[in-house]
Amino acid sequence: MSADMTAPSLLTPDNSSGPAAPSRRDRKRGRIRHLTTADKIIIGLMIGIPTLIELALVWFPAVASIILSFARWNGVGSLSSIEWIGLTNYRNIFTIDPNFMPALEHNLIWLLFLAFVATPLGILLAVMLDRELAGSKILQSIFFLPVMLSLALVGVIWQLMFSPENGFVNGVFGSNVDWFGNSSINLWAAMIAASWKHIGYIMILYLAGLKGVDPALKEAAAIDGATATQTFFRVVFPAMRPINIVIVVITVIEALRAFDIVWIINKGTNGLQLLSTLIVTNMGAAGRVGYSSALAVILLVVALVPIVAYLSQAFKEESR
Amino acid sequence: MTGSEFEDGLRKGFSRRQTLRLLGAGILSAGAIPILSACTGTSSGGNTTTPAAGTTTAAATTSAAATDTATASATGGSATASASSIANVGGTVSFGSNYSDEVPKKAVQAVMDAFTKAAGTTVNINTVDHNSFQENISNYLQGSPDQVFTWFAGNRMKFFAAQGLVAPIDDIWAGLTDQYSEGYQKASTGEDGKKYFVPFYNYPWAVFYRKSVFADKGYTVPTTWEEFTTLGAKMKSDGLAPLAFADKDGWPAFGTFDYLNMRINGYDFHMELMAHTVAWDDAKVKKVFQTWKDDLFPLQQENPLGRTWQEAAQSLNKKEAGMFLLGMFVAQQFTGADLDDLDFFAFPEIDSAIGADAVEAPIDGFMVSAKGLNPQSTALMSYLGSADAQLTYLKSDASNIAANKTADTSSYNPLQKKAVELIGAAKSISQFLDRDTRPDFASPVALPAFQQFIKDGDVDAVTKNLEDQAKAIFTS
Repeated sequence: MSADMTAPSLLTPDNSSGPAAPSRRDRKRGRIRHLTTADKIIIGLMIGIPTLIELALVWFPAVASIILSFARWNGVGSLSSIEWIGLTNYRNIFTIDPNFMPALEHNLIWLLFLAFVATPLGILLAVMLDRELAGSKILQSIFFLPVMLSLALVGVIWQLMFSPENGFVNGVFGSNVDWFGNSSINLWAAMIAASWKHIGYIMILYLAGLKGVDPALKEAAAIDGATATQTFFRVVFPAMRPINIVIVVITVIEALRAFDIVWIINKGTNGLQLLSTLIVTNMGAAGRVGYSSALAVILLVVALVPIVAYLSQAFKEESR
Repeated sequence: MTGSEFEDGLRKGFSRRQTLRLLGAGILSAGAIPILSACTGTSSGGNTTTPAAGTTTAAATTSAAATDTATASATGGSATASASSIANVGGTVSFGSNYSDEVPKKAVQAVMDAFTKAAGTTVNINTVDHNSFQENISNYLQGSPDQVFTWFAGNRMKFFAAQGLVAPIDDIWAGLTDQYSEGYQKASTGEDGKKYFVPFYNYPWAVFYRKSVFADKGYTVPTTWEEFTTLGAKMKSDGLAPLAFADKDGWPAFGTFDYLNMRINGYDFHMELMAHTVAWDDAKVKKVFQTWKDDLFPLQQENPLGRTWQEAAQSLNKKEAGMFLLGMFVAQQFTGADLDDLDFFAFPEIDSAIGADAVEAPIDGFMVSAKGLNPQSTALMSYLGSADAQLTYLKSDASNIAANKTADTSSYNPLQKKAVELIGAAKSISQFLDRDTRPDFASPVALPAFQQFIKDGDVDAVTKNLEDQAKAIFTS
């Protein structure tokens, strides 16, 4: 917007432009003059209020977290009780906290699992259901149902499924596996529970995107003799670019903010440590505000890396 | 942009740039309000200003509390007298409760109903899940807390008192002093010497078993460590899981550690360790973990990290397990004839030079939030401190014993009577690891470290890990 404003004045540096001045500039000026004061106030409010909310609820806490990550503070009392300790929190996290590396590792496994198993499955379901098979509406509802349940409820449902003594899974298969207690398998059990929900979510998003693809594209591909697989990968998938970006971002975010299910299972201990649960454990009754903030900053960085990398790549291709 | 400039602008009409500038100023000034309030609102509490040394006094003084509980049965009659002294104050009072389990929730309801009847005051009970309540206590107290709320004695109480988040209640205590032994009074006192806490009940940790199982198999109650481990081995050969064990929630294992440490190294050493004046990688602490690994691991139920204490209690109930070291709240999982069959013995002696006279018996009670004091909350706190209120509670939840020494113990079940005896005979009383040490050490550090030890039994690793982190945390 400001570029529009300054561009003409750059062309004519001195204000003593005669009657030969570009008419475009006059038109622009004229349009602005037509805005009444009321218009301006309304526009101001429409931009200002969301900006304010964004600043207060997103940017302020984010910046405060970064600042507090260099402090030791229990969160009670005046701000003067904050003790500034530099990078100590980060040093402690990386050197002496035995839960940090497992948590980071679990978050990455979670991300890879969603990206290479759950998300592709959701896309596959969407492509299948897009073919308007008999009963596809019912199937859609069934797959989408878990998305409507809160993750906390999903946690409870899967707790019943996986309970070692009275659980459904061990009951049906006659196995005696300690699904949530055995630290080498409980992460996988939790990821299955999370995927159950994630698949439905991706499916519905992708399905909506598929409905928006011009059928003429598919027809043209079919006339040219492309198989269904070829049509999808060569024609439909590239045409779905905006949706694909959304799906990637959502997958990364879902993987890194994973929390509810694990918290319900065992509060993120014993093989289920995640960065998010570490933050809460240190924050809650423990009151290690600085330490939790440092963990949160690390999580923020971990989240930004893949998203920024992907988006910059995507936009670069777009502009080409 | 100043005010007159703004009015100028209104008259003349704003240019686009001016509008933006105005907006910017508006955002900044309006933004300042939520930013400032957010500073206190989003914070979450814990413990840095309370020196851990406070722990030692808190727990040490409770020892006297217990002694007087034992003599309580003698003065039963005064209970009803204190109840009738509640003034009719009317109005309403809000009460934040962490009694979220079914049995205690009903019991609290019964107490509040009785209070409403006596004082004409409506009590708005706000029940929050037990664990969530603890997790969020700092935010809760800094937000808009209920007037009266449930909490714990010891280090956990002193911390919030020192922060000015709870109201001193010496006036209420003036009417209660002669009904509480000195130990309870000290356990209710903050570091500034004022009273902040009204004790409600306490309960011992001990080894629970079913009398019928011991009678059928001819087991006898062990008093020494050798008898205990021999009994465990015998149970194992009889096809029982000797020691029910659950640590999915992380905290039940603290009880095992507390007792082992108090039996091997003594109460004073345990308290010094909780205050981190001795190191976690001290040879004495290593000996505790080693004993746990050598003697108890073979007796404990398998897969404890996938099991809750309720499930473990059920295996004791179903006679699949022989014994269970837990707080007396384990009785909540037993009813009718099964409850009558439940009994306990004190954690056996390991070193005869140390003895077995230390008991773990946490005190639960109530506090008033900083702005919560008024005639209604005063009346409620006085009532909760009365023997009458405590006995009303215990009628529905018989897994505790009243804190008020004038409470009539004649209605106690055998288990409660035995608990009074056990606590009464104790020379020193601990509150429990997560109440005796700092909260920022207990749940983020000790809890996962103990779980890891239960999994791999690596004594050197667990003690090194605990010491490394304790060093970083106990610096403030």
